[in-house]
Amino acid sequence: MNARALIFLLLGVGNAFAQGFAGLGTDAEGFAVPEPGKGFEFPQDHGAHPDYRIEWWYVTANLTGPDGADYGLQWTLFRSALAPAEAVGWESPQMWFGHAAVTNASTHLATERFARGGTGQAGVTVEPFAAWIDDWQMAGDSFDSLRLTATGKDFAYDIAMRAEGPLVFHGDRGYSVKSAKGQASYYYSQPFFAVEGTLTLPEGEVPVRGTAWLDREWSSQPLAEDQAGWDWFSLSFDTGQKLMGFRLRDAAGGGFTSATWIGADGAPTSYGDEKLEATPLETSRVEGRDVPTRWRLTLSDRGLDITVSALNTHAWMGLSIPYWEGPVRVNGTHHGKGYLEMTGYQRRP
Amino acid sequence: MTGAVLSALASHWRRNRLQLLTLVLGLALATALWSGVQAINAEARASYDAAAATLADGQFDQLLPRDGDSMSQELFVALRRAGWLVSPVVEGRLRVGSTTVRLVGVDPLTAPPGSGASAALARADLNRFLRADTLVAGPEMAALLAANLPNPVLVDQAVAPGTVLADVGVAQTLLSRAGRTSRLIVLPEQPLRQRPLAEIAPDLLLQRADGATDVGRLTDSFHLNLTAFGFLSFAVGIFIVHGAIGLAFEQRRGMVRTLRALGVPLRHLIVLMVLELVVLATLAGALGTALGYLIAALLLPDVAATLRGLYGADVAGTLQIRPEWWLSGMAMALGGALLASASALWRLARMPVLASAGGRAWALVSGRTRKLQAAAAVVLLAAAGMLAITGVGLTAGFALLACLLLGAALALPFCLATILRFGEGQAVSAMAQWFWADTRQQLPGLGLALMALLLAMAANVGVSTMVSSFRLTFVGFLDQRLSAELYVDADAVADRAALERFLEMRADAVLPIMSVDATFAGMPAEIFGARIGDTYRENWRFLDGVPAIWDEVEEGRAVVINEQLSRRAGLRVGEMLALGPGLSLPIAGVVGDYGNPIGQAIVGEALFRQTFPGIVPSRYGVRTDDPQGLRRELIEALDLPPARIIDQAALKALSLSVFERTFSVTGALNVLTLAVSAFAILMSLLTLAAMRLPQMAPVWAMGTTQRRLAGLEILRTVLLAAITAALALPLGLALAWVLLAIVNVEAFGWRLPMYLFPAEYARLMLFALGAALLAALWPAWRLARMEPAALLRIFANER
Amino acid sequence: MLLLIEDLLKSYPGPEGPVPVLRGVTLSLDAGKTLALTGESGSGKSTLLHLVAGLDVADGGRVLLDGKEATKLDDNGRARLRRSAVGIVFQQFNLIPSLDVAANIAFQARLNGTPEPQELSRLASALGLESQLRKYPEQLSGGQQQRVAIARALAARPKLILADEPTGNLDEATADEVMEQFLALVAETGAALLMVTHSPRLAARLGSRAHLSQGRLA
Repeated sequence: MNARALIFLLLGVGNAFAQGFAGLGTDAEGFAVPEPGKGFEFPQDHGAHPDYRIEWWYVTANLTGPDGADYGLQWTLFRSALAPAEAVGWESPQMWFGHAAVTNASTHLATERFARGGTGQAGVTVEPFAAWIDDWQMAGDSFDSLRLTATGKDFAYDIAMRAEGPLVFHGDRGYSVKSAKGQASYYYSQPFFAVEGTLTLPEGEVPVRGTAWLDREWSSQPLAEDQAGWDWFSLSFDTGQKLMGFRLRDAAGGGFTSATWIGADGAPTSYGDEKLEATPLETSRVEGRDVPTRWRLTLSDRGLDITVSALNTHAWMGLSIPYWEGPVRVNGTHHGKGYLEMTGYQRRP
Repeated sequence: MTGAVLSALASHWRRNRLQLLTLVLGLALATALWSGVQAINAEARASYDAAAATLADGQFDQLLPRDGDSMSQELFVALRRAGWLVSPVVEGRLRVGSTTVRLVGVDPLTAPPGSGASAALARADLNRFLRADTLVAGPEMAALLAANLPNPVLVDQAVAPGTVLADVGVAQTLLSRAGRTSRLIVLPEQPLRQRPLAEIAPDLLLQRADGATDVGRLTDSFHLNLTAFGFLSFAVGIFIVHGAIGLAFEQRRGMVRTLRALGVPLRHLIVLMVLELVVLATLAGALGTALGYLIAALLLPDVAATLRGLYGADVAGTLQIRPEWWLSGMAMALGGALLASASALWRLARMPVLASAGGRAWALVSGRTRKLQAAAAVVLLAAAGMLAITGVGLTAGFALLACLLLGAALALPFCLATILRFGEGQAVSAMAQWFWADTRQQLPGLGLALMALLLAMAANVGVSTMVSSFRLTFVGFLDQRLSAELYVDADAVADRAALERFLEMRADAVLPIMSVDATFAGMPAEIFGARIGDTYRENWRFLDGVPAIWDEVEEGRAVVINEQLSRRAGLRVGEMLALGPGLSLPIAGVVGDYGNPIGQAIVGEALFRQTFPGIVPSRYGVRTDDPQGLRRELIEALDLPPARIIDQAALKALSLSVFERTFSVTGALNVLTLAVSAFAILMSLLTLAAMRLPQMAPVWAMGTTQRRLAGLEILRTVLLAAITAALALPLGLALAWVLLAIVNVEAFGWRLPMYLFPAEYARLMLFALGAALLAALWPAWRLARMEPAALLRIFANER
Repeated sequence: MLLLIEDLLKSYPGPEGPVPVLRGVTLSLDAGKTLALTGESGSGKSTLLHLVAGLDVADGGRVLLDGKEATKLDDNGRARLRRSAVGIVFQQFNLIPSLDVAANIAFQARLNGTPEPQELSRLASALGLESQLRKYPEQLSGGQQQRVAIARALAARPKLILADEPTGNLDEATADEVMEQFLALVAETGAALLMVTHSPRLAARLGSRAHLSQGRLA
């Protein structure tokens, strides 16, 4: 694992992830930079954008077993470019890595894969849609109907996802600002997937149903230099409404927040800095870090005042790039489920 | 008050700079010895690991093409997409200038941790490795590459000699093999689900990890022994520190007495002296740590740019001072100084204010102390003897080592005194009698330095014996196990009869290797059938056996077993081994088998074929003078896949060249330890010189020249060193024996045979005497050149 | 009364049990007075001096110095007594070899925290040591070394000077000269002096005299 961790430490993105998520704020020299007002073109924009430094296809799902037990599932394909170009074979500067995890109240299993673009080991095609690394894939006739698979040494999953609502564009029609200095990314989601499938766990196979949320994001410099990490929430309320919110923490302890309120029909409303307030209520000691696993979220414009708590406080992704990612429960003015991702929490003695 | 006392304490060093130098250097050198040995050990381990990594492919399962020497890269992608975690390797000979090198292309993103490639890449700049056509090689190879190729070259010590690492894409280009890979490494950890191999890549052969080339157990043993010698150097260091500190306190006894008489409280004084010691030890520790690495760098081949290491720059392939080494160096200096000062401070605290400051020079080991020392030595050596006979476990092994060394060191003054007293008895002339008596009187003063010499010399004898025994064993093991030049994997051959006919015609000898799994005494084992010939008769070494072992085996009248089976099943030569129903044979010999965890029994080919008629040879060993030529012929004539013919001669030569480096590195230990103990002798002599004047002045006054006295001083030192070195020889051998025959057996279940190297010991002995001679020269020269007035003052001064 | 010694007892361990050295000695000394303590070798006079100086511990009886009971002090207390209340002049000088003459003279006063530069130079000139200040003890003659020791003892301005055969290591002429200066300076500073000597001639020059014999005052 060490050699690999080092790889990503030395690669551009690894730098950004491993060194307190600050490296992404560097100059985007040579790489394209997101601009406001761009129109998206589909299905092309579901595919890779090699001119941008980093990109991801990010699925999180809240699932329920036959006995009512809660499960969470994560599937992520990252693309990280050493140069803004694509080539055939080993010369390709496009690095791919995949993360997969399943979580329940007592267990969290996670694994990762690595690949170089250019050889066919990993990549994305748009028609029909397929995103893959090794034997893991997310593929289907269209972006609305996808089959998602992954396997590790001690778990596997295979689920079908069917979209029941429209794509949702964050920020200014998909231009999502990440700092007061204007760093930004292209960011849209498909939060309306209904899913069913099978989890293979050490205890055996579990048939599951639930919902999934897919994020698409690409950029070359989403973080400002003084930003140390982020806390990201994707929440689905029993009312059918949804909330995407994040807080980018800076080294001084402050933060930049952003949120998208998603109506039951998929209509988004964006909220800029300081509208959403996210306050840690309780931290858990995970892998030598103090990670907030209970939060208070308020969005007064929507009368929202909720408590978000982790299903499993030890949902630690102990991979080359370590972070926390797991399912959460929501209580307060609104009730529901969702996912929480937290990065950039440093080891403390 | 504190200021006044500090100024008095400091004034002593100002007025006696040589004593200060002695103390600081003594501490610094002890630290240097420790940190230098750590560095040398680390270097030895690194080169040993590089050697192991060269052979490391054997520790992973691999997929090889059934035909030809390469496969399409598409197979790699197809396997990955089917859930097989594999990593591509492209390998070939690359012509560089006038020579060829082994170029290995790897994919750092998928290579398993622990493979030779990933070990080397851990220190390389991966961004550059992937993007700039970078090559990674050891220092010699790097120079060659830089001179002949445009590619950027990174130097990394961990890459085996003759080998160059590159990204798989870079290697494909250089070898003109675009889109091809030579083999695929199968990662040890595979996912829950994958499609069957035969479905995706029916043309690939799965080659299981090869236990026979696993040198891990030998490596572990070597590391353990080096660690033991690291601690030994610590012991030598402690003796030197003890000497230096003891001296520093004894020299100031008078001052301490006066200070106390003038009203300085004892506790106050002790606190200040400890404080002073801490400051000096910190200074000396820093100096010593740096010095140790400098010395190590000078002594080690191929290690450059150490100073960069001092400043913390991470330079691949050079010796580096890591923070923990600084810490351990400082801990050595401080801990050693405080440990050594404890007894001195204890004596100081118990010394009455009114005690006489002068008395019998500085030396101070009373007759009673000497008796106590001798008694402690007897107890420790007896304990060592008990442990050797009854001790069980690794802890007992190390306790035995500690008892042996400490006991021997404590016994040294007594032994020396006895020998000198004997010499005195034989002396006829008055001068000779004085010489012996005076030498004996010097013992307390030189005792600690001589103990350090004893341990240093014993450590060197031990290191030489261990390393050389290890080398002989290892080379013998390779000769025995890889005795044939080529190995042909029989499973890859369709027509065995044709292969056998071809080999019988072309090769000097063919050795079919047949084996069957078995269980002996409840443990997994293998029975081998061997075609006994010159290869076996010449190359195999036995730990124990009857005469004409192979004749017995060839005739089917006896069996040879390995050491593991012998030890675990308690089977000795002459006892019967039940090979199967109705077949029991006497054991004719026991053979060392260092890389193998399971038991093994070897019988003659005829008996094997008769007993296990269903078993066909799995491999053929082939003896030939022209392995490359025969290999080509096999590939061409019989259409054999090249990957199924292993050129063991080349593999053996490669591993031997790497191991040689490790062995040469440990030679540096000899130089370092003896040099430091020589310095300890020099320091003691210089300190003694002034104090011994009152003993020499009367002899001078009664009609001896200063030159003659100086000559006798040199003779005296060399004599003491010679006796000490002679005593160190058996101690060193005992030390090596404990490590090889007790500690190794306890740790790994097999015993490293011990060989003796008299020429090496003689060389070490000469070196020790030379060191003592050098140490004695300067003080003697000073004595010879001393103004007579200085000697006269002895009489003039108030007594 | 500066010094009062009452019924002082001291014995040392010998091969056949304790050997009594002082068998109940009682004597007193007023401030500014001088007393010679004479006796044969082994009479216990040095032991008595050491007990007063706090260099050794008595088996019984008591020593009152300036109203304080010195015999009840612990090790630290005795050390304080030595550096502040008394000045000791040893037969063997006991200078610090690594300090020069000036530093040696100032040493006890510095320990005591009361160095007075004028006093130091006055003592040095009174003892004829001005030209020797930068020298080290080993470069001095015995007489000069003892003058340095005397200066050191007086420089701390103690109320009581203890001297143990201060001229015992010197030849007769030098001894007389040093003793002359010593007594003059003691008188000048107004300190009391308790001096051990085996010489009746020297004893006669002091204010009073006590004779020890077999551990008792005769």
